[in-house]
Amino acid sequence: MSGAFRIPRAGRLSQAKTARFSFDGQSYTGIEGDTLASALLANGVHLVGRSFKYHRPRGFLSAGAEEPNALVQIVRDDARKTPNVRATVQELYDGLAANSQNRWPSLSFDVGAVNDLASPMFSAGFYYKTFMWPKAAWKSLYEPKIREAAGLGVSPDKPDPDHYSSRYAHCDVLVLGGGAAGIAAALAAAETGVRVILADEQAEFGGSLRFETGARIDGQDGFAWAQAAIARLGAMDNVRVLSRTTAFGYYAQNFVGLVERVGDHLKAPGHDLPRERLWQVRAKRVVLASGAIERHMVFANNDRPGIMLAGAARTFLNHYGVAVGRNVGVYTANDSAYAAAIDLKKAGVNIAAIVDLRDNPTGPVIDEARALGIEINFGRAVIRAGGKLRVSSMTVQPKNGGGERTISVDAILMSAGWTPSVHLFSQSRGKVAFNDETKRFVPGTYAQDCVSVGACNGTDGLSASVDEAYAAGAKAARDSGAKSAKGVKPKVDASESWSRGMLGAAPGAGPDTTVKAFVDFQNDVTAKDIRQAVHEGMRSIEHVKRFTTNGMATDQGKTSNMHGLAIAAETLGKPIPEVGLTTFRAPYTPVTFGAIVSHARGPLFDPTRKTATHPWAEAQGAVFEDVGQWKRAWYFPKAGEDMHAAVDRECVAVRTTAGLFDASTLGKIEVVGPDAAKFMELLYTNPWEKLEPGRCRYGIMLREDGFIYDDGVVGRLAPDRFHVTTTTGGAPRVMNHMEDYLQTEFPHLNVWLTSITEQWAVIAVQGPKSRDIIAPLVEGIDMSDEALPHMSVREGKICGVPTRLFRMSFTGERGFEVNVPADYGQAVWEALWAEGQKHGATAYGTESMHVLRAEKGYIIVGQDTDGTVTPNDAGLDWAVGKKKSDFVGIRGMARPDLVAKGRKQLVGLKTKDPKVVLEEGAQIVEDPKQAIPMKMIGHVTSSYWSQNCGRSIALALVAGGRDRMGDTLYVPMPNGVIEVEVTGMVFFDETGGRLNG
Amino acid sequence: MLLIRCPYCEEERPELEFRNAGEAHIARSANMSGESDDDFEKFFFIRSNPKGIIYERWRHMHGCARFFNAVRDTVTDKFVMTYKAGEPKPAKLPGVAK
Ligand SMILES: [Zn+2]
Repeated sequence: MSGAFRIPRAGRLSQAKTARFSFDGQSYTGIEGDTLASALLANGVHLVGRSFKYHRPRGFLSAGAEEPNALVQIVRDDARKTPNVRATVQELYDGLAANSQNRWPSLSFDVGAVNDLASPMFSAGFYYKTFMWPKAAWKSLYEPKIREAAGLGVSPDKPDPDHYSSRYAHCDVLVLGGGAAGIAAALAAAETGVRVILADEQAEFGGSLRFETGARIDGQDGFAWAQAAIARLGAMDNVRVLSRTTAFGYYAQNFVGLVERVGDHLKAPGHDLPRERLWQVRAKRVVLASGAIERHMVFANNDRPGIMLAGAARTFLNHYGVAVGRNVGVYTANDSAYAAAIDLKKAGVNIAAIVDLRDNPTGPVIDEARALGIEINFGRAVIRAGGKLRVSSMTVQPKNGGGERTISVDAILMSAGWTPSVHLFSQSRGKVAFNDETKRFVPGTYAQDCVSVGACNGTDGLSASVDEAYAAGAKAARDSGAKSAKGVKPKVDASESWSRGMLGAAPGAGPDTTVKAFVDFQNDVTAKDIRQAVHEGMRSIEHVKRFTTNGMATDQGKTSNMHGLAIAAETLGKPIPEVGLTTFRAPYTPVTFGAIVSHARGPLFDPTRKTATHPWAEAQGAVFEDVGQWKRAWYFPKAGEDMHAAVDRECVAVRTTAGLFDASTLGKIEVVGPDAAKFMELLYTNPWEKLEPGRCRYGIMLREDGFIYDDGVVGRLAPDRFHVTTTTGGAPRVMNHMEDYLQTEFPHLNVWLTSITEQWAVIAVQGPKSRDIIAPLVEGIDMSDEALPHMSVREGKICGVPTRLFRMSFTGERGFEVNVPADYGQAVWEALWAEGQKHGATAYGTESMHVLRAEKGYIIVGQDTDGTVTPNDAGLDWAVGKKKSDFVGIRGMARPDLVAKGRKQLVGLKTKDPKVVLEEGAQIVEDPKQAIPMKMIGHVTSSYWSQNCGRSIALALVAGGRDRMGDTLYVPMPNGVIEVEVTGMVFFDETGGRLNG
Repeated sequence: MLLIRCPYCEEERPELEFRNAGEAHIARSANMSGESDDDFEKFFFIRSNPKGIIYERWRHMHGCARFFNAVRDTVTDKFVMTYKAGEPKPAKLPGVAK
């Protein structure tokens, strides 16, 4: 037998298929088809968790996704420990292991429960009040302690070994919710032939038909009808049926996020299956059939294990064959709980009493309960529950006061009525409307192409729901283009129906009381907390929500919203619609990071770009650095060298013999067309019309505001063809910037732009021996200084492959940049390397490149400039065409502030102690003895040890810097003040003779 | 995720393929260097930021790569219409009361 509380012949599970599982280390037996909740209840286990704030013992409130209490950790192995799983949703598999959360040392004896006694400290807004002062204690003391104490569950500490998948889907009609209404809508739409997706969060379709034993459709039991209808839908080519699939978010233009749980219910999911699958669905029409959620009664100690929603108890009995107790009390304000009492009574469970807040309700369920001999008390309230780890009694009192009577029970079923699930409707930006007669919010104004049907639309009764849904499904299909319908509407033969219920605190938990009557179980919010929030000045329901945390976090107010709102409205003395409903946020239920991230993690998180010579550099033992998405060789250490030693050696070698450097990551754009030069004139500060083909020029690009946006060497290959280089990081935005102007401002220019960054590998060969290394490999290019002077470009061949050979230098040495088609990059590099070995050349990386260029005062846009630096600030006025009447930035550059005195200008800095290397980003002051906060006049932008100079060197942006040559300034650091001298930006070979050396 | 109709591709494509490029119909002066400080301020810094209908530039970055103009409602995020770069500001908007 799978548990003492399993009722023979009740429920739909096969008793033969047992499954072993454990909870907190104790072994139990359940049945296949159980949830963890039904299996535990079958074994008489109600106590499954401790609450968030007060650590109160908690059991199951519900039988579904609205469960606020029974959150457990499912442990598959060392890396798979999923916290906060709803035990009412987790399907049982053989070998399942679950642990309770939020308790220490054990569930029945939890030290944290002292919070319950100290509860005045934890009342509404306690985070805001208790942990305000002193400020410094927040980071070091309060926050870590709160996080430790308040966490729900423990995150796994190992990488997630599972994989997830993600799919896009398009359909005509998307039906969310697979109860009777959703199925009817899907049938109506599917029969027209349009593409339909039907999704439901449960393992089996049917919704409330799982427990409504009174429902009959098309001559069958309601649940059996649902299974037959799903089988029919599943067999249709135009229909996709998704079970275990939660619609968690409704986004713009009928874009809906669904997450399908693929593996969590399986004993051994197998690695060929994803754990979850994310569906991103774009639907022409959406039908919302999300049903309604039952509300609990708000009374003292209504959170004791064994107290649950009446509908949940019916589900456990009628679907899973489990009785939630042997001696059950019922507390209700509407008819639906009677049906639960009747079902349990018929299954042989004693119903201790029904306590009904209403005065003299009448109806068939009441008659039936009475006929079964159940004691019914009208006009009475349960004012408190007894028991601690499990409910043991309910104390009853006439609702207007009077004598108390305590009745022994082992479970209490409660129902305050049903709340339409408008979460997805609200997420779609629809506006809800309050129905004053039925006291509930229902969909009002729609913002998207969707429609609500059945219980979530406030439609009562199965027959009316199915009619409405079928019509809506057919209309959605028509609206999305269906031609004809040939289906037959399902006929509801019998259904259950019940009236409304109540909102807010029940008698005994009113404003004059201090009892713990819970409104929001997950966030431990009581009726008293809501009132206190109002008394402390919260007027808006959004403020009440945040102050008390009612309806926040993963729960999103599924069971608590309406009660909280009613209590706030009552305390404010305002009607409910004037106080208003809080906004429902996505996700409807928590979504794993895995489902969202899918395969985009680890190496697939972001593309990695590697240059053609990457394998060579790797084989040489290069250390790489990330530059945007690129992996670039940073330095090439020899045995025993650290970075410092390697960079010193590389830098000296370049200036003594030669160095090879992979510059392929530089952005490259080909600007081609009859108006190419005109276009260049407009996009760069420099003049281009007169640049002869075969020559190069250093270009500066500004934004319209006059600040430096990018720079690079541009070669003119032909009158109508420019080979433009950009910074490594700037390539995409420069291309975008150029396209923008070409397409929208200068569309009259006949120009084409092509990104050629990845087409050309670029090998820089720099140093006195550079020509000797290259020349033997080159064909068709005269390498003499006369034919190929500094800043020129030729097309020819190297190693037999085409090359664009630039004579240019970013080191200050004689230098070349060899562009070859990327596929030949490594081969040409290896040939150059072999040649270089004859001359003692070295390979150098980005660090040495930085040092070498700084020795020459060459700037790096984005390091020495920061988006507020003009060409003049950077000492680059010579690169601005003085005779030009227009280029992007020409007017911005002339703004009063940009030509004012005292702007920060790029200068060189030498530390008085040549061995001290400044920190990049360090601030500069005039007087180090001034009071803090000091007046900062600039900062260090680049700083290195220069082995070639035998000292440290730095570039800095300093206010009025060029007027301070020779001045002493100060860089205050934690370990003392560093004295520096303002100098020019060139530290090595000031005359530039080495360019031809 | 929004669907945006590219007037060049003549197709509705997901938002991920597009980049916003700021407010539309801000003309760059043909005599840029002669602009007054006030005119340059209006041209470069001042944007309308309306609650309601906004005229924007978008680029079909991961599609045809063309820049185009769009009319969008900043309250609902809905695109009212899109049209090609260089076309005049539409006098009448479909489905929008004047
Ligand atoms: Zn396009």
